[in-house]
Amino acid sequence: MKYLFLLLISFASINCSISQVDGLDIGDTAPDFSLKNIDGDMISMANYPDAKGYIIVFTCNHCPFAVMYEDRLNDLYNKYNEAGYVLIAINPNDPEVKPDDSFENMIIRAKEKGFAFPYLMDEGQQVYPKYGATKTPHVFLLDTERTVTYIGAIDDNARDASGVEAKFLEDAIASLEKGEPADPATTKAIGCSIKTK
Amino acid sequence: MRNITYTIGMLFLFLGSSLLAQDITLTDVNVANTFDEMEGLLSPEDDKIHVINFWSTWCKPCVAELPYFEQLHDLVDTEKVCVHLVSLDFEKDIEKKYIPFLNANPSRADQWLLLDGKYNDWIDKVDPSWSGAIPVTLFIQGDKKHFHDGDFHSAKEILDIIHKL
Repeated sequence: MKYLFLLLISFASINCSISQVDGLDIGDTAPDFSLKNIDGDMISMANYPDAKGYIIVFTCNHCPFAVMYEDRLNDLYNKYNEAGYVLIAINPNDPEVKPDDSFENMIIRAKEKGFAFPYLMDEGQQVYPKYGATKTPHVFLLDTERTVTYIGAIDDNARDASGVEAKFLEDAIASLEKGEPADPATTKAIGCSIKTK
Repeated sequence: MRNITYTIGMLFLFLGSSLLAQDITLTDVNVANTFDEMEGLLSPEDDKIHVINFWSTWCKPCVAELPYFEQLHDLVDTEKVCVHLVSLDFEKDIEKKYIPFLNANPSRADQWLLLDGKYNDWIDKVDPSWSGAIPVTLFIQGDKKHFHDGDFHSAKEILDIIHKL
């Protein structure tokens, strides 16, 4: 009886720790979405049946860290699109809280920066919580089956692209190419909190 | 007449420079170029309550909650509670944004500027549950620790955590 009690306690604590973890972990299957792109089209990962993988970047217009990575997103697109990796940027912020991140301003910013990849609005903010994105920028690398292989930062130097020592995302893509797990599979960086009401 | 003008001019110059001398400069801030330089802050050896807030001038919710940390000084015994504001502003913004902000918003808090951009190497040392979004606030007293993820909406919210610590 005593053991049963202990067992129950340990189950309770396990449940507790699981319930605290929101969003995706490495190895989970990422949910598809259908979100409006800046050109008005609805975009899903299912639109790209031949993709070798997906680079999902939660980003926005207003956040200084997101802005510092805009050119690097273009570079990533240019480097990996041909190779079959689909880069999709998603703005998770509520534009009523942050007008800089409105759909109209996304169109303007994408034009200014020449984004060739989809830049989607998480309208109603339903997608970012399923992924467990907490900030911008926040990257999720998925394989062809939409299994999460990497979560975190693009690289280790937000402020200065020329000072980057570890290209976390590119290293994770290289690991994916080799069929190996990413190392590190998760990283952290300072970013702007996702804006909600 | 010329002498008077000169004297008045010198007087203004003197007053001006003495006023300038009261301005906050980078020398009034604890600058940590690497995280280890501020790691002592996270393991205080006294029995005071240390409230350590991570913020930046570019972070709107961070700036919005700073007045509550300032008000906190009037609500607690400042001999027992210390507020440390750790800015994550960029080096390029120090003179343009950070120092002017400190001058425009006088504060009794202990000011820190953490310039270590290798975020992945130190975020977990603040708290493993921290994703990297700011603001966050760490409450430490001896071995007791409470990590608050997100912003505060009143000084009372901060005070409540201090009382529960």
